[in-house]
Amino acid sequence: MRPALTFLGDELKTKIIDEARHLLCTLGVEIHNPRVLALLGDHGADVDLSKQHVRLTDGLIDQALATVPSGFKLYDAIGRQTHDFSGDNVHFTPGSAAIKILDNGRMRKPVTGDYIRYAKLMSGLEHIQAQSTAFITTDVPEEISDSYRLFLSLMYCEKPVVTGAFTIAAFDIMRDLQLAVRGSAEELKAKPLTIFSCCPTSPIKWSDVTSQNVVDCARQGIPVEFISMPLSGFMAPVTLVGSLIQHTAETLSGVVISQAASPGAPVLYGGSPAIFDIRYETTPMGAVETQMIDCAYSEIGKHLGMPTQAYIGMSDAKQLDAQAGFETSMGATLAALSGINSISGPGMLDFESCQSLEKLVVDNEICGLTQRLVRGIEPREDFPSTPIFEELLRDKHLLIADHTRRHLKEEIFFPGPVVDRANSSRWHEEGGITLHERAAKEVERLVAACAPSALSDDVTTELDRLMTAEARRFGMQSLPGRG
Amino acid sequence: MDILQEIGASLRKGDDNRVAELTRQAIDAGMGVGAILDDGLIGGMNVVGDLFRRHEIFLPEVLLAARAMQKGIDLLKPLMIEEGIPAVGKVVIGTAQGDLHDIGKNLVGIMLKGAGIEVIDLGNDVSAERFVDTAVEAGAPVIGISALLTTTMSSMKGVVDLLRERGLNGKIRTIIGGAPVSKDFADEIGADAYGYDAANAVDQVKALLGVA
Repeated sequence: MRPALTFLGDELKTKIIDEARHLLCTLGVEIHNPRVLALLGDHGADVDLSKQHVRLTDGLIDQALATVPSGFKLYDAIGRQTHDFSGDNVHFTPGSAAIKILDNGRMRKPVTGDYIRYAKLMSGLEHIQAQSTAFITTDVPEEISDSYRLFLSLMYCEKPVVTGAFTIAAFDIMRDLQLAVRGSAEELKAKPLTIFSCCPTSPIKWSDVTSQNVVDCARQGIPVEFISMPLSGFMAPVTLVGSLIQHTAETLSGVVISQAASPGAPVLYGGSPAIFDIRYETTPMGAVETQMIDCAYSEIGKHLGMPTQAYIGMSDAKQLDAQAGFETSMGATLAALSGINSISGPGMLDFESCQSLEKLVVDNEICGLTQRLVRGIEPREDFPSTPIFEELLRDKHLLIADHTRRHLKEEIFFPGPVVDRANSSRWHEEGGITLHERAAKEVERLVAACAPSALSDDVTTELDRLMTAEARRFGMQSLPGRG
Repeated sequence: MDILQEIGASLRKGDDNRVAELTRQAIDAGMGVGAILDDGLIGGMNVVGDLFRRHEIFLPEVLLAARAMQKGIDLLKPLMIEEGIPAVGKVVIGTAQGDLHDIGKNLVGIMLKGAGIEVIDLGNDVSAERFVDTAVEAGAPVIGISALLTTTMSSMKGVVDLLRERGLNGKIRTIIGGAPVSKDFADEIGADAYGYDAANAVDQVKALLGVA
């Protein structure tokens, strides 16, 4: 039986959803994009262009909920299926869009070489099934900082990519890079390669860029994850239920935009809410209430019939320390038990602003442990039990019993060398190295072991041509060296 | 792949029937007993040991390989005696006096045999006198003592002291192990070596035998 965690009963879920719908139909949504407002107007919404405002209708919301898919699949750069976002399937993705990386205990701005190491590392982390455009390199013009991350990800790692565009214009190059990999728009639609994060702005607003990104993705069949970010007690009610009402309203408005643009467009009902820590004026992702809101809105998303996502398996610590471990573990465990389909966060520190390759290696093990956890406890060859106990009493151990050999690997998860399970004598003999040292060593091993992407030379040449042309538009004649 | 290499590969797979079959073929083909032992069985087990130390295989695979190795050794043993070829070494093992927990000791025994070492297993609750007398009678240069209980650890010292009393220290070496035991404790009681787990115990015994 798969273990499960729930916070909301059906009655409370229905009340929260009804309240959110009421907000969307009465107070409405602010959308700073006339094309999106017109689109919603064409579908029967009450639009006030001068105030950049729209009131949705129950009919429009019902129509969106009727067409939004209950799941979708994701495929890697080679075209192999890697994800099935349906039911309670759980997949992990690194936290994305950090502006710093942790390098030998010091935070600094990342450059191209850091990103290539990250992408190579991601190839070797078996429990994190997708890569994200995890941080922003500072050695290219700001205008291409979003597309350049996607370019590097596609060049150096075959895993599908969770990404996002920072401008409306950037969508075109980010779509073209994907078309270069897939070969055609039809093939890209049939086998999605990326998920775009699209963020409403609290309270209940959409910017010009993010609302347009929702529409553009929907029309190309590129899946979107909605990242609503209510801040409890600051830009949202302090009560967790109040924050959930706001999150539901913001996310439902995104679903309506997406389905109005292209009925059946794939989405993840996601988010990155947080409480607001009034002592430090910060938004702790490791706070238990933040994680409770994440799990609860996932229940609402599933109740509405959508696969879900959350920024939850991460920490606000500044180093790879005990806080980094416990906050990430708690979030990942709660998320997995809640059946959140896409769990974002591994590698991330400092309020989603800093990525750490060493933390990614550690978090990979946390992801493996939680994936084992949600497989639950199942009877295998356990009844009747007499034969196995007869064998145990006869042989005095079961280490090489056929029963052990048949079930060892499906029953027991053995983490990689970053998790210390040696006895203390062996630990001392093998150098007595710390978690951080083991993680650093594992990063180097996995980066060195990474095989080149199996994308054809024609595809990588085309990716390079497209990215170089884009860089030249913004004054950079050649891309940073990648030797 | 020649027969000896195939013996090594079959050991790594834990295929005991295949190891026995290949060992028989090698004997019938007139290959020297020393070559079959050193280049086939022991060579194969050395590779298994390296893979285990690098965490590329786990304990069950090592034990399966050890079991397969034993099948090969069983076939070679009469020929070794006939040709006067000694085993890799000989070790007396048992649990400390008062201690009935023999799982760890059994594991070490299997691993030692897998390394081609002859093992005289005295079982559990073994007195110092019995350890020392047996080692002397069998001509075993190493005694291995295991304990699970902190209350029985102290009897390990009895074996070391008895060897000293009889002037056998340096001639018969001691190795200790078990959950509550540590390198510091081994140093404290004057034991010659300490194995922190079964695989490490084999390495330590080999070092004591001078065959590492």
